[in-house]
Parts: sequence; structure tokens; C-alpha cells
Amino acid sequence: MTDMTTLDKRLTVEEIAGRLKNGMTIGIGGWATRRKPMALVRAIARSNLKDLTIVSYGGPDVGILAAAGKIRKLIFAFVSLDHYPLEPHFRNARQAGALQILELDEGMLHWGLRAAAMRMPFLPTRIGIGTDLLKQPELSNRVTSPFADGEEFVALPALKLDAALLHVHRSDARGNVLTLSPDPFFDELFARAADATYVTAEKIVPTAELNLPANARYNLVERALITGVAEQKFGAHPTSAAPDYQLDLKHLKIYTESAASPEAWAAYRASFVDVPSAAYLAAAGGEEAVSTLPKPFY
Amino acid sequence: MSNIEFSLAELLIVAGAEAWRHDGEVMGTGIGPLPRIAVSLAKASFNPKLATTDGECWYTSDPLPPGMKVADVEVEGWSPYERVFSGLWGGRRHAMGAPVQLDRFGQSNISAIGDHAKPKAAMLGARGFPGNSIHHPNSFFFPQHTTRAFVAGEVDYVCSAGYNPARYPGGKFPAGLDLRLIVTELAVLDFRGKNHAIRVRSLHPGVSLEQVCDNTGFPLERPETIPTTPAPTAEQLALIARLDPRSVRKTVLKNDPPGIRQESAA
Repeated sequence: MTDMTTLDKRLTVEEIAGRLKNGMTIGIGGWATRRKPMALVRAIARSNLKDLTIVSYGGPDVGILAAAGKIRKLIFAFVSLDHYPLEPHFRNARQAGALQILELDEGMLHWGLRAAAMRMPFLPTRIGIGTDLLKQPELSNRVTSPFADGEEFVALPALKLDAALLHVHRSDARGNVLTLSPDPFFDELFARAADATYVTAEKIVPTAELNLPANARYNLVERALITGVAEQKFGAHPTSAAPDYQLDLKHLKIYTESAASPEAWAAYRASFVDVPSAAYLAAAGGEEAVSTLPKPFY
Repeated sequence: MSNIEFSLAELLIVAGAEAWRHDGEVMGTGIGPLPRIAVSLAKASFNPKLATTDGECWYTSDPLPPGMKVADVEVEGWSPYERVFSGLWGGRRHAMGAPVQLDRFGQSNISAIGDHAKPKAAMLGARGFPGNSIHHPNSFFFPQHTTRAFVAGEVDYVCSAGYNPARYPGGKFPAGLDLRLIVTELAVLDFRGKNHAIRVRSLHPGVSLEQVCDNTGFPLERPETIPTTPAPTAEQLALIARLDPRSVRKTVLKNDPPGIRQESAA
């Protein structure tokens, strides 16, 4: 038998937040209102961390961290709550001029993570040509094709991450993970672009229960890329972790209303952020209610 | 003119569907309820080869009506975002989006109004618009036709590329830049003017050319004869009712106005 004792990667959400440092570049997986590692995001919001650079296909993860004053720089293609297209905390922060930003196209963000994953300094792309994205100093470099076409491309710099935070459905203690949702988004690339990847899992199970011969296509990345794993049931709430549970539109409404004033945010924070996870779940309606949320329409 | 009654939303759906008529087997994406019903109509009538999704990650054999679940229809393919990007970079897609601003070059903005560093109004961010705009055909939908939407000068933040020679080395447009239709509450416009200038293609019933020009912040090319946007046929109206059984189309435009304007509003 292999000695697996040194491969126990289990941590708590607080321990994961404790491993992050001021000024880090942190990538957050998922997409808008889907499979965001929200329990980890709330732990960061509660922490003393500051001056973070956040890379995200943004949803309430960006909103909460912006409202909590954790973001120095945001690298994004959008921040949206899907059913509420405009993310109100993101808007407040942007309109106050509080965020340094690098605005990218969705595919460019993918491409920058891929460059980092391949340990390339950049990848060439046509994306951005003809747009104001290229006025940003990070996107000011061009490369010319050495071949007969001679075409000029944007040199898209690698988006190297100090840490990636992801939410998955199942994991074993060693970090063999399953992402069961119908779209894995770009979580694999976030993990490959990062020096350390921390995941929350709905459930930590014995390796055999992952049934990898049947579930291989849900196995996001090899375990060598997973640094730590915390069991956190409903860890993506209020975003969805389908098929386990769906987006909580009712909570999303409460959340959007918390951007109306500093007092509204303080009240939301007291009820839903500055609380242990059991209290969070109770405040969000309880296990039964969250497990039976209806599937939203897109 | 026939005496079939139709709403403005239905007229716009029928006008929008035309965008995909000659596309063949590509991914058809209508962003927002009316463009989505429009691409559904194109697929259900003159271009059955179109591939359309549930807005999440499944291709469905028949267009999925807005507000209906993918579990209720037959799934015919998988469309995770990574595949959407790979596919669109290959050019086999035609999207109709609904930006906030558009200028005379066809450049559009969904990111920010005002100064980009500290916007007066922060919106979505550029999303996939920059990549879409230079890789596959794109059309646009405007539920409101105003000078705030069709701006003088350039849009506040260019998210999707257009026919603006100053933005390209040597003034040469990207090979994949292919802007098609603009469907608005007043008219259908296209890019078939001189050097891709925006041109009035048809006027909706009861709308005057003057009304369109007054509400556009830049000069429009005006062909000598401008047809009236074709009214929906009875068959098209029946199809639309089937493709949108929950009548989402009635909730998009304020007061769900009729398709034929009475005397143009003063």
C-alpha cells in the first residue's frame, strides 16, 4: 500500500484563507452566478487580507470582495449576476474609481490563463484589435508573425496566479476532484495558472467513492495541482453548484439590495458574511430550502 | 397591406430573424429575449440548419422557448464556454447582441459610460464582444432608437470593433470583421453604405425617415427608395406564438405597442 499519510490535504476554509497573503494575485473559478467558491470568498472578506489582485469571470465573488475593500486590482471580462445583469457592488466600486482594472475579453482571459498554464510569457491573439481594450498598458505589446502572412498580433501577457480558489462537487482527502456540473468553465486553467490551488468540495469521500472509471470526464485536473481541500457543503451558495443545488434567486435579490447604502451592506455583512458557516446556512433559509431551489432560466 | 394585427415586438422578431437567413449551419446566438426568439424563428422557418442553445450549455434540437427548461426538450449537443470560444474563433457563429451604444463605424459599448477609470455608469465589461466582433458575423438589436444609443463621434468605450480605419494598421479591416444588421424599434439598418457606412435598409410601418435620422447621432446613408419593413405573416405569427408560449415578447417593449404606428409621434 502506498503511504497516503502525507497526502492528506484537508484544511478548513479559515485555514485556506490563512494561507493567502496581502498583495497576492488570486484567481477565482466558476462563472458569474455558477459554482463560485463563495464560502472561501466570505472567509477572505472576514480576514485582514488586503491589496489583492483578483482574476475572475465575475459574479458576487467580485462584488463581495469589492464591498469589503479587498481588491486593489481587478482583472475581468465582466462582472454580472446574470438575472441581475449589473453587479451593484462592482458598480459602486468602479464608479467610485476604487479599483485598478485590466479589462479583457472573455476569451482573452481564458488565453492569458492558458499562457500561464503553459509557462509562456504571452500568447498571440487577434482579440482586442480595433477596441479600446488595447489602450491599457498591459495590452500595448504586439508581435508579428514570422511567416509569410506577416500579420500583427496582440501579445497577451500570461495571467500568472499566486493562488486559485475553486468549488468542486466531490474530492477525496488527496485532492482528486470531481466537478459534476454540465460546464466546467475554465477552472482547469485557473488551477494550472496558479502556484497553489485550494478547493472547497461539497463532500469529501473515500477515493473509491469517486468512481473514477465512470466519472473520469468530471475529473478537473490531476491531484498534484490541488494544494488543499476543504469540505464545505453549500460552499457555492448563493451561486449554483448544479446538479447538487441551483442558484438562489431570492438570496441574490437580498444581496443586490445590500448595495443600496453602507448601512445596507453592514446589515448584509453581519447576517451573511461575519458568521460561521452553520449560521450562514440557517440565515440563507436552511439546508432543505437550499437543496430544493428550482433551476433558473438562462 | 394585409389586415393582420401584430405587435412591434413581433415585427422586430421577424426583422431580426432575417439576420440568419443565409448563414447555413452555424451557431446562432440571440442575446436577450427578442433576438433569442428571432433566431428561434429563423431556425424554425427558413434556416433549420442553425444550432441554438438554452443560453447555458446545451444545444437543443428545437429552439428552447424563453422561460422553459432544457429538461423539457431534446438536447442535441454540448456547448460549454470553452467550446463556444473555440467555435467562435473558427468563425462558425452569428450573434445578435444588444449593446448600450453604437457609433457610425458600428463600434459598440457595453462596458462603461464616461471615463473608463471612474465611469459615470459601470456596466457589464467587454464580455465576449471584442473577440466576437473580429471572428464571426454580428448583428445588433436596439429596443430604443435614440441619440443616446446611436451616438455622435465614437462610443465611450469601444468593446466591439467596427469599420473605423483609424484603429487598424494601414487602415485594413480584420478579415473576420463582418457586421450585418441593426434592428431597432424604428427601422432596420445595415452596413452596405459606402465604405461600410450605416444605411437605412427599411422603415417600420408608420415611421418616417426623418424620425429615424432625428434619433440617430450620426448621418445615415439613405437609398433613393427605402422599403417598409415586411409585416409578419400569419404563419410567422403562429410560429412566434409557439416559440414563445409564455409571451415573454410582450414584456420587453414598454406597453407592448402595436406594430403599425399611427401618425408618427410629434
